[in-house]
Amino acid sequence: MNDALDVALRLVLVFAVFLVLPLVVGQTEHKVMAHMQGRLGPMYAGGFHGWAQLVADGVKFAQKEDVVPANADRRIFQLAPAVALLPYLLVLIVIPLGPGKGAVGQVIDAGLFFALAVMGVGVLGSLMAGWASANKFSLLGGLRTAAQLLAYELPMLLAAASVAMAAGTVSLPGILESFQWWWLPWQIVGAVVFFTAGLAELQRPPFDMPVADSEIIFGAYTEYTGLRFALFLLAEYAGIVVLCALTTVLFLGGWHGPFGADGLGWVWTLLKVAILAFVVIWLRVSYPRLREDQLQKLAWTVLIPLALAQIALTGIVKVAIQ
Amino acid sequence: MSPAVLTLAATTGPGFLSPTGVEIAFALVGLATLGAAAITVTTKQLVHAALWLVVALGGIAVEYLLLTAEFIAWVQVLIYLGSVVVLLLFGLMLTKAPIGPSPDADSGNRPIALGVAVVAAAALVWVVVDAFRTTWIDLDGPVQGSTKVSGEILFRHWVLPFEALSVLLLAALIGAIVLSHRTDPADPDPAAPGATGLNARATAARPTAPRPTDKGPR
Repeated sequence: MNDALDVALRLVLVFAVFLVLPLVVGQTEHKVMAHMQGRLGPMYAGGFHGWAQLVADGVKFAQKEDVVPANADRRIFQLAPAVALLPYLLVLIVIPLGPGKGAVGQVIDAGLFFALAVMGVGVLGSLMAGWASANKFSLLGGLRTAAQLLAYELPMLLAAASVAMAAGTVSLPGILESFQWWWLPWQIVGAVVFFTAGLAELQRPPFDMPVADSEIIFGAYTEYTGLRFALFLLAEYAGIVVLCALTTVLFLGGWHGPFGADGLGWVWTLLKVAILAFVVIWLRVSYPRLREDQLQKLAWTVLIPLALAQIALTGIVKVAIQ
Repeated sequence: MSPAVLTLAATTGPGFLSPTGVEIAFALVGLATLGAAAITVTTKQLVHAALWLVVALGGIAVEYLLLTAEFIAWVQVLIYLGSVVVLLLFGLMLTKAPIGPSPDADSGNRPIALGVAVVAAAALVWVVVDAFRTTWIDLDGPVQGSTKVSGEILFRHWVLPFEALSVLLLAALIGAIVLSHRTDPADPDPAAPGATGLNARATAARPTAPRPTDKGPR
């Protein structure tokens, strides 16, 4: 009974994090983008600096009519947002927030594999949406999504494999336990590759060719309205949280910090996640969209060689220090 | 099955007659996987077939999990669900797979395919049953298919087949590059990828007759 209660409590907590953090990132994006562009951003909803803007947005989305195009493949069209969103919820379960077994939803022995595998499944949602909408812009968006995933999955996995080699384990808490501060310069190339490839997998600017709103009208999501569109948006922001948390855990030492690692570990994790999320928003404001061929070229000719070089470096150092 | 075999099974391990919860779940997931696989090959809608394949492959991953082979299960999800199916859908989208049934999705090979499938399944089931007849996995004990165990077995006992497989994959990779770089002999452009040196000069010297067959879909 106690065990069941423990599991239920953990799942509820993970679910709460899943609902709150993406909204916080979204609101931060509103405000940060606005201030970087010399605007104020939302100022009215909720009173204080428009803090409730996304809550109001959610209410608006829920009131809208749920339209399914006449020629669309109805069931797949309706199923797609769930397929896009659920994987990120599952990944959050295995990400350790602090030291010890109390600060992670569920310890999975192959946690790194689990996280990357399940994240990859989320893209199926975009593909289903792109095909089932019966819209040429959606189909183009789906095609670009698939091409982008195939190009960027490999450097992401290779960069993650480098960390797994360094730590000698694929368990996320295990990686954090063997983390040393000098891993930071040692794995920095892998970190950049992982973060960049993750951004591309999430289709965030400057890698937002698949959803390019000004040319193919939000790609796979063209035909979506109301709550289902909101779910896709939520999936994007949940993806940002998951990517930043994974980068934090793998490359930035998670709950390790200059001081107070015992009690304040979760603060360090959240702080690092917040800084990375800020970088994600910053990149959106500062970089223009990459063209499709530039996207592919970046992945195959820059990121993959860099990731392979990082693996070689990891192997050499690992053998040298043994 | 003769009574002697029954008693043998009863003495060597847990029997079939009082299944545990995990065994029931294993059987049910197996049935669902089989059903999804059957729909995959019988449905007339191409993209639906690919999506049912996702269900079937995911079901196999769940079976691995139930057998405590955690690492293999996640590799299954990563490779098959995350990459192979995406590649498949990519290919289907490139060919403009229509929404609704495709009239030419049926082929006359159906009986032969069914026969081959039944024979292959029978052979596999027979081999597996024969090989693991009296082997039982202790599902309640420590995880036996963890990453550590899989890695040790793979890189200690099976390292030669593993390396042979990687050479096979390398050959496939090079083959794919060669195929995709095949130049059109009718194309006089020497800057085309792959048309270098001797090859380019040979194509330039040849009379350039139009060959429409070479432009077919690849």
